[in-house]
Amino acid sequence: MATRLKEVDAVLVGVGLVGTMLGRELTKAGLKVVGLERGNAQFTVPDFQGPHMHDELRYSVRKAFMQDNTKEAMTFRNNVNQVALPIRRWESFLPGTGLGGAAVHWNGQTYRFQDDEFKIRSHTEQRYGKGFIDPELTVQDWGVTAADLEPYYDRFEYLLGTSGQAGNVKGQKIAGGNPFEDPRSRPYPTPPMKEPYGAAIFRKAAASLGYHPFPQPSSNLSQPYTNPEGLTLQACMFCGYCERYGCEHYAKSSPQTILLPVLLKDKNFTLRTQSQVLRINLAQDKKTATGVTYVDAAGHEFEQPAKLVILCSFALNNVRMMLLSGIGQPYDPKTGQGVVGRNYAYQTMSAVQVFFDESVNINPFMRSGANGTLIADFVGDNFDHGPHKFIGGAYFGELMTNGRPIEFHPTPPGTPAWGARWKEAVVRHYNHTSVLNVHGSSMASRNNYLDLDPTYKDAWDQPLLRITFDFPANDLRMSAYVTDKALAVGKAMGGRQVVGAGRKGPYTVTQYQTTHNTGGTVMGLDRKTSVVNRYLQSWDVPNLFVIGASNFPQNATYNPTDTVGALAYMAAEAIVNRYLKAPGQALVQA
Amino acid sequence: MEKLTRRTFFKAAGATAAALTAKAHALTPDDARHGHGAAPAATGASAQAAYLYFRPDEARFVEAAVARLIPLDANGPGALEAGVPNYIDRQLGGAWGAGERLYRSGPWQPGLPGQGYQLPFTPAELFRNALRAINDDVQKRRNTTFDKLPGNEQDAYLESLQTGNQSLNGVPAHTFFESLLALTIEGFFADPIYGGNKDMASWKMIGFPGAYASFYHLVDQHGVLFTRAPMSMGEDNRRMIHIQPVAAQPKAVGPNPVVADKKKGGK
Repeated sequence: MATRLKEVDAVLVGVGLVGTMLGRELTKAGLKVVGLERGNAQFTVPDFQGPHMHDELRYSVRKAFMQDNTKEAMTFRNNVNQVALPIRRWESFLPGTGLGGAAVHWNGQTYRFQDDEFKIRSHTEQRYGKGFIDPELTVQDWGVTAADLEPYYDRFEYLLGTSGQAGNVKGQKIAGGNPFEDPRSRPYPTPPMKEPYGAAIFRKAAASLGYHPFPQPSSNLSQPYTNPEGLTLQACMFCGYCERYGCEHYAKSSPQTILLPVLLKDKNFTLRTQSQVLRINLAQDKKTATGVTYVDAAGHEFEQPAKLVILCSFALNNVRMMLLSGIGQPYDPKTGQGVVGRNYAYQTMSAVQVFFDESVNINPFMRSGANGTLIADFVGDNFDHGPHKFIGGAYFGELMTNGRPIEFHPTPPGTPAWGARWKEAVVRHYNHTSVLNVHGSSMASRNNYLDLDPTYKDAWDQPLLRITFDFPANDLRMSAYVTDKALAVGKAMGGRQVVGAGRKGPYTVTQYQTTHNTGGTVMGLDRKTSVVNRYLQSWDVPNLFVIGASNFPQNATYNPTDTVGALAYMAAEAIVNRYLKAPGQALVQA
Repeated sequence: MEKLTRRTFFKAAGATAAALTAKAHALTPDDARHGHGAAPAATGASAQAAYLYFRPDEARFVEAAVARLIPLDANGPGALEAGVPNYIDRQLGGAWGAGERLYRSGPWQPGLPGQGYQLPFTPAELFRNALRAINDDVQKRRNTTFDKLPGNEQDAYLESLQTGNQSLNGVPAHTFFESLLALTIEGFFADPIYGGNKDMASWKMIGFPGAYASFYHLVDQHGVLFTRAPMSMGEDNRRMIHIQPVAAQPKAVGPNPVVADKKKGGK
């Protein structure tokens, strides 16, 4: 039997990046807030300290910071004709867990999405005509523009202290920055990171081919910075242990370094870790959330009543929580009806390896999570898609993040997988290889969606989330096209051998690609094709806000975190300035 | 060659590591001589530290196989000299071998390659089953054990596992091979604290600095040759560099705030 606790003003489902941001904004507005985090409490000291943090086996290979899939796995299939089976070990993507969530172990790559990607359907139809978009794709406009989000991007980047070179401040182009970016209201809070060797070679090669290289925006900081919350971050040491690790140096922007110390001192905030939310509870009318039910570490069940529920866990878990709670109509791929789980998208990744002469010491271990050089010439609609049969694009650059050898020991094609020749090749190429990442958009398709698995259960006997996904043909064509361009730059870098190919289907969960899982609780202007309105408020349950990359109607070219942060600040402002003046009311009339 | 009945197999698969250690000690004088915690002398197979999980016949296969997967050569020690069999043994004898972070609920179906590992075996069970089948197979065909075969024949046998789909007591041969190779590479490159990569041999060989982690002043010295000796997590902590003073820790989070809440009249 669940113990019923005292009602609070708001409850957060998940205390990662978004939960921490919403917790701060709502407590500042005077609300009593409870944050429920299923994982453990963890802090820079002592949890992320070296040398034990520099353990590739524990954190990269065994994935110590990730969701414990012995308790909560997911199932996967490529299409509805297959039987979905459990992802028994995480490989393709890595859902985080614990206080701070995935923002503890992210790489800090911090990009704004482009305006044309927020308006992908209307923009594409306007430029290329109505029939241009493959009918398989269910891409749609977001309901917000880059200009709408600019103040929130700005505020979020100044919270993080992001290091970068602006390319466009209030419409004025600035040399050395990204010439394709939409206007920003002011420069980045801190200057760009130092440029490592491989990135410098890429910059020269890309420029020689007429492209526009610029430094990767990084939330591992180039210099010390005190954010508007009064917290000070330090300069990145290029230790090479970012993604899948916590930062020992206070140099990576994560909830622990940018916000949590302030939030945890606030008497209005109560954090409960090791608290697994089972469902959002609804009143009889099904239009009002009454709070959540959760289980603590000892297995005791509690009901936490709340006037306002903020669902802010990882994108995939947001979708699952909506389905488990029976909120919104689940998507049905046969009819195209329903919204929860609809428009699940990912990212279309490929790579190019550049094998140099032995005289070129790349030093792959002197890196940070975001310290490369890239070009945006093939991002979104920055190039003419007229001759091509696809929409979307990819950025690429020399963006290496580490040289950790269990996972990084490149060998040229034709090298055996083991034995004397393999060993010889590893020794020969380890310090003399650069890798270009080709990071591509992922379009929503009517066949790709999320629902509850009919067979497999979690540790609390609730159905696992079922992922049905394969790469749309559109995205494979895009990947082939842009990867060819990356190969050409790789060749201009002067490698002895340059190899790479576009992404090939079918999608597999056995190979790491990225943890940019998006969609399923899509935002939009029409409740027939979205789960939340443009303020991320549930159409069905107005005192429920759902925030995260699950709001993306399809995935854009760039990495999602900056946009997630901007959306979180936008939603927080709408809650504080508008919703709280008329609680329980919809901010947008359906 | 030890003959295992079905009953003894299941008993062994579920037995504690301690019991298996005792058995290993009893059966291999070489192992017993080195004992717990003693660093293995780098003189070859007979000088491995005591095994927690492997039985003698299993250990002989693994020692011989990893020496073919990553051989000793002019570049430096191979997997055997680096202690990789001990690394694999500790992994299989510990939490990971028992299925840590492996979702283990059925029903079990083979699935498609893109759906990943779908066998009911824990890593420890997978190795025990496959190694028993391999020993039986080599015995039957060649009337000897894998470790006694000449190197080129060992390679050919490993290739047959790598590309084969034959059932090794329920484990597809290529699945076992992939596990063995993955563990061998892990043990070769992981921090020596896990029992392989003895003396950081692999890190020295490729020029990886290990747990050492501060390159702010070097990252823009393009092409610089980094020659500092690598560092292991297991080395003296006093050599650890803290870049800035330790900041005040945020308010501690009580493990059981819910109870406090209840006392306030939450019931």
